[in-house]
Amino acid sequence: MHWASWQEFWAMGGAARYVWGAYGMVVLALAAEMMLLRARLRRAREAARRASHWSNKEAE
Amino acid sequence: MQAETIRPLKFGLHRFAAPPEFYRLAGRLIPWFGSLAAVLAACGLYLAFFVAPTDFQQGEVYRIIFIHVPAAWMAMFIYAVMAFWAGLGIAFNTRMSSIWACAMAPTGALMAFLALWTGALWGRPAWGAYWAWDARMTSTLILLFLYVGFMALHGAIDDPRRADRAAGVLALVGVVNLPIIYFSVQWWNSLHQGASISLTRAPTMAATMLEAMLVMTLAFWMYSIAASLARARAILLEREKRTGWAQQAALE
Repeated sequence: MHWASWQEFWAMGGAARYVWGAYGMVVLALAAEMMLLRARLRRAREAARRASHWSNKEAE
Repeated sequence: MQAETIRPLKFGLHRFAAPPEFYRLAGRLIPWFGSLAAVLAACGLYLAFFVAPTDFQQGEVYRIIFIHVPAAWMAMFIYAVMAFWAGLGIAFNTRMSSIWACAMAPTGALMAFLALWTGALWGRPAWGAYWAWDARMTSTLILLFLYVGFMALHGAIDDPRRADRAAGVLALVGVVNLPIIYFSVQWWNSLHQGASISLTRAPTMAATMLEAMLVMTLAFWMYSIAASLARARAILLEREKRTGWAQQAALE
């Protein structure tokens, strides 16, 4: 452990905006991808269910 | 209208190449890869910020390395795997191979973008510029464009199988870019060096830094697998929504 305090940790020896800008973008990008993936799978499932409903109706 | 499209595969790849099997297996595997990624990322970040020492040349800003290098490695590695599956899809006309290739492209593009973004934020304090038309940076930008081109070309063609083939050819041609990225720092006089030099300077430092970097790489790797599997499932359902198994799976 080489940080005297949390303030010192967040300051990153004066490079805060570079370090946190890099890490922040990674977090943001991965979170966005996970949300988009979840939404895409939900949409795909809905579409398959609709297609199923539709084909059942046609069979009747 | 229950079209049965599950045909036996021509070349007898193992059974998870069958869409329903793959859909189910991937659904079970994703939480494992996801948790593994989270645990590895937690360990990696701890090592990166609390164990790895301050770099005596660059100070704290060098800590960007722990995401920059994993993202860059994954961007290249995913491209190689994507091109492999795309090529197999063309050669053997196996649908699943092409779906896997499609599933990897956005995650690979994201990794390439993150490599460039984190590189820019590191380049500014280290070299005084966010961007330079340096060989390694330029070839990594081309890698991003290849991913984007693959996705755009695939999206532009309505018939998925024709789209698979066209985009697959692009993916295969783009493979020449990988050795260019890898060897760019040797072939051209490059700005891109710096950090790797300090890694070998002090052996005790090298160990913890390298450890943190490898753990973060594994975390990125597991994340990429989870994301690609999740996307492959969605693509599969989208393409097979008129089949009985997909409609059944969507109800579960």
